[in-house]
Amino acid sequence: MPLALVHARYQLLEIVRIPVAVFGSAFFPAAAMLFFVVPFAGDDAAGATYATGAMVTFAVMSANIFQYGVGVAEDRDQPWNPYTRTLPAGPAPRLAGRILAGLVLTYLSMLPVVVIAAVGTAARVTAVQFLLGAATVAVISVPFTLLGLAVGYSLPSKAAIVVAQIIFFPLAFGGGLLSGPDDAPGLIKAVAPFLPTRGAVELMWAATTDWRPDQVSVVMLGVWIVVLAAIAGWAYRRDEGRRFT
Amino acid sequence: MRRNLPEIGDNRYHRHPPVARSGYTGAVPDIAPATATIPGDVLARADQATRRYGDVLALDRVDLTVHAGELVGLLGPNGAGKSTLLNLLVGLRRPTAGQVELFGGDPRDPASRRLIGVTPQETGLPGTLRVGEVVDFVAAHFPDPVPRGELLDRFGLTEQVRRQTGGLSGGQRRRLAVALAFVGRPRLVILDEPTTGLDVEARHTLWEAVRGFHADGGTVLLSSHYLEEVEALAHRVVVIGHGRVLADDTVDAVRGIVGVRRVSLVADDLPPLPGVVATERTEGRTHLLTTDADQLVRDLVTARVAFRDLEVRPTSLEEAFLAITADDRPATTTV
Repeated sequence: MPLALVHARYQLLEIVRIPVAVFGSAFFPAAAMLFFVVPFAGDDAAGATYATGAMVTFAVMSANIFQYGVGVAEDRDQPWNPYTRTLPAGPAPRLAGRILAGLVLTYLSMLPVVVIAAVGTAARVTAVQFLLGAATVAVISVPFTLLGLAVGYSLPSKAAIVVAQIIFFPLAFGGGLLSGPDDAPGLIKAVAPFLPTRGAVELMWAATTDWRPDQVSVVMLGVWIVVLAAIAGWAYRRDEGRRFT
Repeated sequence: MRRNLPEIGDNRYHRHPPVARSGYTGAVPDIAPATATIPGDVLARADQATRRYGDVLALDRVDLTVHAGELVGLLGPNGAGKSTLLNLLVGLRRPTAGQVELFGGDPRDPASRRLIGVTPQETGLPGTLRVGEVVDFVAAHFPDPVPRGELLDRFGLTEQVRRQTGGLSGGQRRRLAVALAFVGRPRLVILDEPTTGLDVEARHTLWEAVRGFHADGGTVLLSSHYLEEVEALAHRVVVIGHGRVLADDTVDAVRGIVGVRRVSLVADDLPPLPGVVATERTEGRTHLLTTDADQLVRDLVTARVAFRDLEVRPTSLEEAFLAITADDRPATTTV
């Protein structure tokens, strides 16, 4: 078995043995779906589909920011982490394994949203749109994975939890995930294209509906990916486990 | 000059009651290293290695060479820089200045680490994983790992294979941690305080494992603040204090370097005496450690101290060690 899969398997084993951790990242988007989407847009097929796309994006963002931001920072606090760095493997298998495991959990965390959308709302997609949407999840995981890694590798775990929570809400609101594609308040309309959440949700809508994505948002998403990759890479290289002064 | 240094019986230096070797029945691991070693090969080397953490100088221009087939004990109190040196050698940290090498390469290059075995700290095992899973995980990193059953059998953990590591006793966790260093059939095993917190029996089981590995041609670098452990295992002792190598020699020679003698006597009251590095009082006797026993006796006589039952004896490594590290004590840090 390739080393990356070995690392992914053990990451998942550790997480699955404390199942509430999986439940956590699935809860918030599912709850938002139940309380905001089902009562208000449930009967409107187009509106419900857009809202579901937004909640899926929300789930992707929260799952990634938390599992990487908090997960990586907590791992760095554990003596097991430096031990694994003495094994004869470079950072690649460990990182690839972590990202594979993260992707599995990301898909798991959005299952409730998809089920609620299918059962409780008029949201509908074709089979092709469904598959495109599923593939888009992997694509839009990229910026949030990098954001999580940047937080996780640069901060101690207690700080990482706070920072993850602080950046998570403005990104969700500011990117317009909690409002429809066209009826967002003026401020959000002005800010959204410059946030990575907006580019991500535009891609998700484009995959699952006939929405035409806003070019500024998509270009900015690319810019975010480059910037976040640079920050995450820098934070990873300077990391030598937890530091004390 | 008289100092109030840690006393000889100070339990920071954990003396362990001797155990009759004949009564020992624990498993004796027999884990031969993968490759025949050429005696004299340099396996690990530090060359003027310096490491700072902010303002703190944890390691100050340290030279250390470990040759194939050696069993080297790194001895020093907490915060002396032992762990920092080992961390540099296994590639966890970079030296601020100077060089470290493992099998002739940079320890930060994974290929350089293929022939080493390292032990995690006991508290660092992932608590939710089972014993067998942890072994399998580590084994997946090596081309020819020791089979799981064999390894666990040798470290007396066969019955625990399905247990989560969080549920193991301290001794079992420690044995698992040390077992992991041997999974990949290493040529060089680096053990950072392998027996800290173990009971006597478990400690001796691990000692036998280390001796068995060394007898088969394996090379061992271990750190300890248990002096007894280094005396029992190592052939060569490197004494580290305040980030510097204070002595690097055989156990006997290190004892000789300092030439510390124990002068013990019965006396009610002692004046300040020059050349005394430590003082202890037990059962009415006063024990003085000194580098110059002759002068101390002359001083006692000159000062007209009313003493009786005078005894002068050579010291243990523990006492020698106290004498070497006692000289200067700037602020250091535990890393």
